[in-house]
Amino acid sequence: MNHAVEDTNRRMLRVRDAMDREYARALDVPALARLAHASPAHFARTFRATFGETPHRYLQRRRVERAMFLLRETGTSVTDICFEVGFTSPGTFSRTFHDIVGRSPRTYRREASAASVPTCFTMAWTRPCA
Amino acid sequence: MFNAITQSQIYVLDQTEARDFYVGKLGLEVAADIDMGFMRWLTVSVPGHPERQILLEKPGPPAMSEETAEQVRELVSRGAMGGWLIFTTDDCHKTYKKLLERGVEFTEEPTERPYGIDCGLRDPFGNRIRFTQPTA
Repeated sequence: MNHAVEDTNRRMLRVRDAMDREYARALDVPALARLAHASPAHFARTFRATFGETPHRYLQRRRVERAMFLLRETGTSVTDICFEVGFTSPGTFSRTFHDIVGRSPRTYRREASAASVPTCFTMAWTRPCA
Repeated sequence: MFNAITQSQIYVLDQTEARDFYVGKLGLEVAADIDMGFMRWLTVSVPGHPERQILLEKPGPPAMSEETAEQVRELVSRGAMGGWLIFTTDDCHKTYKKLLERGVEFTEEPTERPYGIDCGLRDPFGNRIRFTQPTA
C-alpha cells in the first residue's frame, strides 16, 4: 500500500475543502501551500496531479459556481456578485465567467432564471468536482 | 416489498482509527466488531438504533486484489469514492461545537437551509459526512 500517496491526497483534499469554504477570501498559492505544508511550487504541481487542474483554476470554478447561484437566485448586481465571490476586478470576473460558462453573467442570469430547476439538482451539477 | 435499510457500507483505510473516530469522536456505538478470519466485521450505529448499521470496511484481499484496493484507497483519500453519510441531530449548533472541540475536521459550518440547519465534515480518510437538524 502506498501510504505516502494517500497522505498526500488527503492533504490536497483538505486544501480543496478550504477553497470550497473560503472561496471569497484572497487565497493565493502561497497561502494554500501553507495549508498543505508544502512549498508553493510543489503544492501547485501536486494539486494538479491529484485533481487534474491547477489550484487557481479550481478556485475560479468554485467562485463562478457561487456567482451562477447568486445570478439565478438573487437580484444582486453583477458587480456586487463579482466582489462577493472573491474576484477583485469586474473585467476578470466577466472574462473568467464567459470562459467557464460560455455566456456572459448577464446572459446567464436572463436565461437561467427563466427555468425552474430544483436547487438540489443544480447544486449537484454546478459544484466543481475533480 | 422492502421495509427498512439495515446495513450500509463505507470504505475506511484503517479500521482501528475508524472505530476511534466514529465511536470516540462522533459518538456512535459499536454494533459489532468481529474478526471473521478473512475480514474484520466492524459496524457502528446511532446509539439506540442497532437495527441500522454502517459497515466500516477496509478494502483489500480476498474481496479485491491489492491493486484494486490501492485504487479504492486513492479514491477515498481524494474524496472521490462517493461514499457518504447523513445523520440527524436535535441541535446542529451544539453538536457542531462539541465535535469541533473533539478535533473533528469540518468542511462547512452550520448553515440554514430550506429543510433545516446542517453542516459538513470529513472522516479521517476523506469520506463526507453531514448532519442535519430538520426543520420542526
